[in-house]
Amino acid sequence: MTKGLQAAAAAASLAFLLAGAAAAQTLTMGVGAPVTSLDPHYHQLSPNTAVAQMIFGGLTGTDGSARVVANLAESWRAVDETTWEFKLRQGVRFHNGSEFTAEDVAFTFQRVPNVPNSPSSYAIYTRPIRQVEIVDSHTLRLRTAVPYPLMPTDLANIMILDRETHGSATTEGFNAGPMAVGTGPFRMASHRNGDRIEFERNDAYWGTRPHWQRVTYRMITNDAARTAALLAGDVEIIDQVPTSDLGKLRVDQRLALSEVTGLRLIFLGFDHSRTEASPFVTDNDGKPIPQNPLKDVRVRRALSMAIDRAAIVERVMEGAAIPSGQFLPDGAFGHVPGLVPPRPDTEAAKRLLAEAGFPQGFRLTLHGPNDRYPNDSRIIQAIGQMWTRAGVRTSVEALPWTTFIGRASRQELSSFLVGWGTSSGEASNPLRNLVATADRDKGYGASNRGRYSNPEVDRLLEAGMRELDDAKREALLQQATRVAFEDVGIVPLHIQKNTWAMRRGLAHNARADELTRAQDVRPAATAGTAAR
Amino acid sequence: MSTTTAAPVVAPRVETPFRRFVSEFAESRLALFGLLVFGAIALIAILAPFIAPQNPYDLAQLDIMDGRMEPGTVGGAGFTYWLGTDDQGRDMLSGIMYGLRISLLVGAGSAIIACIVGASLGMIAAYAGGRTDGAIMRLVDLQLSFPAILAALMILAFLGKGILNVVIALVVVEWAYYARTVRGSALVERRREYIEAAQCLALPTRRIIFRHLLPNCLPPLIVVATMQIARAIALEATLSFLGLGVPITEPSLGLLIANGYEYMLSGKYWISFYPGIALLVTIVSINLVGDQLRDVLNPRLKK
Amino acid sequence: MTVFLLRRLLQAGGVVLVMSLLVFVGVFAIGDPVEILISPEADQIERERAVKALGLDLPLWQQYLVFLGKALQGDLGRSFVFNEPALQLILQRMPATLELALGATLAALVIGLPLGLYAGLRPHSPVSRGIMATSILGFSLPTFWVGLMLIMVFAVQLGWLPSTGRGETVEILGTRWSFLTRDGLAHMAMPALNLALFKISLVIRLTRAGVRETMLMDYVKFARAKGLSPSRVTFVHVFKNILIPVVTVVGLEFGGTIAFSVVTESVFAWPGMGKLIIDSINVLDRPVMVAYLMIIVLLFITINLLVDITYSVLDPRVRLEGKS
Repeated sequence: MTKGLQAAAAAASLAFLLAGAAAAQTLTMGVGAPVTSLDPHYHQLSPNTAVAQMIFGGLTGTDGSARVVANLAESWRAVDETTWEFKLRQGVRFHNGSEFTAEDVAFTFQRVPNVPNSPSSYAIYTRPIRQVEIVDSHTLRLRTAVPYPLMPTDLANIMILDRETHGSATTEGFNAGPMAVGTGPFRMASHRNGDRIEFERNDAYWGTRPHWQRVTYRMITNDAARTAALLAGDVEIIDQVPTSDLGKLRVDQRLALSEVTGLRLIFLGFDHSRTEASPFVTDNDGKPIPQNPLKDVRVRRALSMAIDRAAIVERVMEGAAIPSGQFLPDGAFGHVPGLVPPRPDTEAAKRLLAEAGFPQGFRLTLHGPNDRYPNDSRIIQAIGQMWTRAGVRTSVEALPWTTFIGRASRQELSSFLVGWGTSSGEASNPLRNLVATADRDKGYGASNRGRYSNPEVDRLLEAGMRELDDAKREALLQQATRVAFEDVGIVPLHIQKNTWAMRRGLAHNARADELTRAQDVRPAATAGTAAR
Repeated sequence: MSTTTAAPVVAPRVETPFRRFVSEFAESRLALFGLLVFGAIALIAILAPFIAPQNPYDLAQLDIMDGRMEPGTVGGAGFTYWLGTDDQGRDMLSGIMYGLRISLLVGAGSAIIACIVGASLGMIAAYAGGRTDGAIMRLVDLQLSFPAILAALMILAFLGKGILNVVIALVVVEWAYYARTVRGSALVERRREYIEAAQCLALPTRRIIFRHLLPNCLPPLIVVATMQIARAIALEATLSFLGLGVPITEPSLGLLIANGYEYMLSGKYWISFYPGIALLVTIVSINLVGDQLRDVLNPRLKK
Repeated sequence: MTVFLLRRLLQAGGVVLVMSLLVFVGVFAIGDPVEILISPEADQIERERAVKALGLDLPLWQQYLVFLGKALQGDLGRSFVFNEPALQLILQRMPATLELALGATLAALVIGLPLGLYAGLRPHSPVSRGIMATSILGFSLPTFWVGLMLIMVFAVQLGWLPSTGRGETVEILGTRWSFLTRDGLAHMAMPALNLALFKISLVIRLTRAGVRETMLMDYVKFARAKGLSPSRVTFVHVFKNILIPVVTVVGLEFGGTIAFSVVTESVFAWPGMGKLIIDSINVLDRPVMVAYLMIIVLLFITINLLVDITYSVLDPRVRLEGKS
């Protein structure tokens, strides 16, 4: 085995050298998630966003740590409680030479909610806008019904199109190429659906020109095949590196890794929707328990306490995560300093369970997906081990995401593992979606699959959502977070690290939001610093 | 092609006593060896709970801190993991012993049921012809074009996860192969003289089909069947690989392989390698037996 | 013959109808496409909009009727994911899968027939035993595992072949084919072999079994007695007779290869129909699933028809039946 791998090393390093010499200005990337559409307003999905950010641009953008930065808008400010003003960048042109103006922004906002057949539109970001006022060709005022502090954050998701070019653009037009015209650093050269996209550099780009003249963006969804493609020298950088390969790649002299703590929390949800018997909770004889034990905060706390997060991170995730006691990692807007997960303690968990009336424990089935998150089915097995040792005899059922998520959303499960990627990078987003009381009209709790409900959390969150002052808003969101986690509304496990692997000689700015874009890659020499 | 095919095929009245069958089977040393190995494997599978050092299906006996240990390491529970452990700290040796049970059950069970269902339908289709043939064969078309993965996903959605449901899924996927194969050879056989003779004697249809037609269609059926047992086990592995197989806490050989697959690139070969070897030995032994069975049972290879 | 064909066509229509119904009910049972497709960020109002936009707000039987009505006009619906006609998506991907399946079938015949013939003619030689033992490997190891091993050996260790993907293509009559370029062939070699493994074993075994049996037939004995050369006996008399089961199975397997190319295509990132269908199943893109299955069913029926016709040509004892 080892000998074979050494031979592999020799062969592949040769391939690297050749590839490096012959094609200094071209880059081949292997990504794990398929891009489904080049229409930036058709299907909201991270791989689509990544490609959209190569071809198009938004008024705002986010940096590698998910902080909002200027993009097509140079600056913005809240004129009053319900009006945002954006100053647009001068002299920006679309790939076809057409000039970028406020008219284009107004046109874009109009198109976003009206893309036919969209399975997941971007309208949630434009809905708060009641009125768009064009002050001059490069100044824009957006009026909202209620104070809306998240406007600059939300607008990073909306790619600006050209009114002249995209007047009657269809999704097919984007996919086929002619309509894939934006202001971004790359133009689309060719697109083979589900296989690859080829890009050329936009030499007239207004910002820092990327290093690569040509980029091939290949979709290799099978994890092992993606790693193999890198090892064989067929691609130069891959994303979503399987944790099982990390140890090997880390010590490989021909490769470099880039890594950053991400924004995706893996957590457990509980059935809060039933006070009576919950479907997958029984006593030790297999009979239903009339009162749902998961409604008791002591039981939830015991279950959280029984989990050894450090062991999961070290043994199952192979270090590619950090244990977490809350939504966001340190440094993010709304992170609560000092809110850490409980120390693992099987005995204390048993005592708490006894206190709650279950000295002999009970039986529980823990559900989870097996094809969604890194090691998802392994994590639930590990938790099954830990809970069983604490007296809650756990069986584990791993299902494909397609069947799992529907059942979780219909409150058919008692406990389940899911993840949440906070794309906005701030705390109101997970609070609103995961722990706020489900309420259609407010748009709260849409992903609150356990139906946790706590009036105190709701009150603090709503106050925060109206607060334009950043410091005050952060304090409110922190308080809401603290209340939700002290009540163990959900059980946080860990926050994933995002990892990329590339041939040595490349440098990559790892992004917390998991997006893989060619403008973040450059030769290590010109940057001066190697990838971490 | 002329009519030189007037082969005086012996009507296969089972005139060979059991003893003759045994002695004919024993003519091949290789087949005997295969039978011996298969017997040993079956014994291990049956006795797994008594001889395995660990119950790999009991989560309380596993510890992730013992995960991915190399072969020969002594674990927290105090015994040696001779074949290493998987990511959950499951002793591979115990896992393989228990996994054999599930794989044999799933593979042989589904192959036998599918064979009975498929061969009967294929035989009926060939013999009855006309509308019955059309209906059955279109059902076969429908089944063969339906991706196994989709069928398994639907069965999973309707019936939930479990070993029995995997067997059902495999039967649903596999029966059509038998039907198609049997029909193909039966179509040829039924034009032969011995069938015509049987028909002239006004023997009951059922008797003609099962006493005369079936034995003569057996050789290709046995070829397919021995392969399909193997294929069913491999297909179950593929379903597990796609997350549609047996429950993860009760892994079959296939699931062990699929699970270890992700560790192949990083050099932790044992998680996938040893279950693979076990699978291979099992399938080879089944095939050695199957090959000889086919030769012994084939009425046309008799001198 | 005409009656026979007409009848087959009618049956085909029935099968396609049953298939579409099955998929509709099946997908409904598996899960909710909106739940899979929608961005997690979406609120309840956006979810309701998406349900409506995809036409999933109607009761299932109404959705089915809408689909049938459109299908009769040749419109199999638009993909939920790509917003392009499902049929067009599939047809775009079809050449890739076809060339892979054809390559695999060809490999199976070229490798399998001679080996099987040899093993059948000399059943007791060590080489034959070796062939038979090795052929077991072909169907006992899971496809995905063999696929990765091929990549590890030929792409990563030896560097002879590209690891994944489809190579350069040439456009013929509006469709793209890669088997005409060197690069394309290099990319095709491993996936085609991976897909062929099972079939090679199958052909070896069927050929061997057929040969052994036919050698004992009276007409073969007669031909030998007449003093015909062994090669003439083998290739004219024996070979012709064993072709029937081989043709059946290879024909049958061709359809199966296409339907089962799913795993190979996803391991080798081969942009064919199998990859499309697995991706569609993963996001419950129902229009693509329905359209794909309908095309595959038609393909199967056509292949089976061809196999049956070939039968009657190869073996006059089998007749195509207008009526029984």
